[in-house]
Amino acid sequence: MYAEAAAAKPQPIPAHLRRIADGAPGAEAAEALRAWRALRDAGHLLSANQLAEFVARGVLSFPALIDQAFNREFIDWVAGGGSTGEGYVGEDLRTAWPAGSLVPRLLAMPQVAGIIASLVGPSPRFDHVALHRVPAGRLLGQNWHADATIDPREDAFDLQLMYFPHDLPAEMGGTMLLPGSHLRMVHEISIARYQHFVGQMPTICPAGTIHVLHHGIWHRARGNATDRERLMFKIRLNPRWKQERLYAPGEHRSPEINGILTRTEPWMGVEGRLEVINRIRLWRHLTGDPQFDARMWMGRLESRPQARIHPASGPE
Amino acid sequence: MTTTPIPTDGHPGRRQRLLQLWLGHSDLHSGVVAWSSYDPALAGRPPDDLPTAPPYPTAMAALRDGWRLIQFSPAIPPAPGSEFRTSFLPNEVLLEKTEADHVR
Repeated sequence: MYAEAAAAKPQPIPAHLRRIADGAPGAEAAEALRAWRALRDAGHLLSANQLAEFVARGVLSFPALIDQAFNREFIDWVAGGGSTGEGYVGEDLRTAWPAGSLVPRLLAMPQVAGIIASLVGPSPRFDHVALHRVPAGRLLGQNWHADATIDPREDAFDLQLMYFPHDLPAEMGGTMLLPGSHLRMVHEISIARYQHFVGQMPTICPAGTIHVLHHGIWHRARGNATDRERLMFKIRLNPRWKQERLYAPGEHRSPEINGILTRTEPWMGVEGRLEVINRIRLWRHLTGDPQFDARMWMGRLESRPQARIHPASGPE
Repeated sequence: MTTTPIPTDGHPGRRQRLLQLWLGHSDLHSGVVAWSSYDPALAGRPPDDLPTAPPYPTAMAALRDGWRLIQFSPAIPPAPGSEFRTSFLPNEVLLEKTEADHVR
């Protein structure tokens, strides 16, 4: 995943970060810019194609991203009574936990920091955290829901990371996700009437996997049919910088990206084209390219020619 | 699947099962994209299984299998200014099947 980013030709610093670094809001922005540059130069930022995948599906999966030694340490820490309940809502993420404790170590791993910086920028705001512990033999899962509430932002989003420190076989449940559902306007558990979707995605994955979610993704915890407790650490982050061109330098207009953005999910039915339009709108914001289009889905709607072939007085 | 008998509470004889299907578009022959089922014979919600396919490929297939359609969501035009906003799934079909208590 990082080879592509590393191979990309270096591009100018995004204008908004440069402006921030040059003046208000001051030293904090300069520090953020330095952090973003370091991740860029080390090849840890997401590529434009990965960002397109996130815009289209609302989820990116990184199997076994975290090494086994850290996974083991995390599991043992929880078993020993450890709690991730540090920080408070709205705090700067950098100060939400004691330095050197497990959560900041996880988030500071270059590959994790690169994901975060690519999507919500460096030094995001801490929203909330949850350590989900599903007991062995709890067969009943949750209803489908989206977290928080209706969120009509079109040019910004929050990020949610799900970290699974142990192997997650099918019988252990995990989280069920609905790829592509993130741009739908629903309130929390108002979607409980649905039980199954064609194309739903169970998080069956190896230890150390991180799933990266748009805040609007529809999801639910599944039951746990094993004799072992299931762990999942989730954290929500808010952007503190404009989410424009935060990904690795690279071409954001390409046939491949058009293909990613226009590929619909099987559960969307006739509404697939509406989702494509909403994705293009988001892509325009994230790339800073208000003219971007894919297969003319926006160009058709925006075609309102003003030039006349007749004089203003009308046809002769 | 657990099938704990539920007392009929003075309404013996017939039990109503419900099946909700969401279709790809508004033709009953179009493919099922989501589904839910409710069975009063079960205590609580159904087990958290991992199905690989809908119970029927189309609503018509469910009708052929004896389900009765009791509601089909209306076609509602988008509100001005919200033409591209998506939310709940459209094309919702509610079906029922009644059966004698002694069947299961």
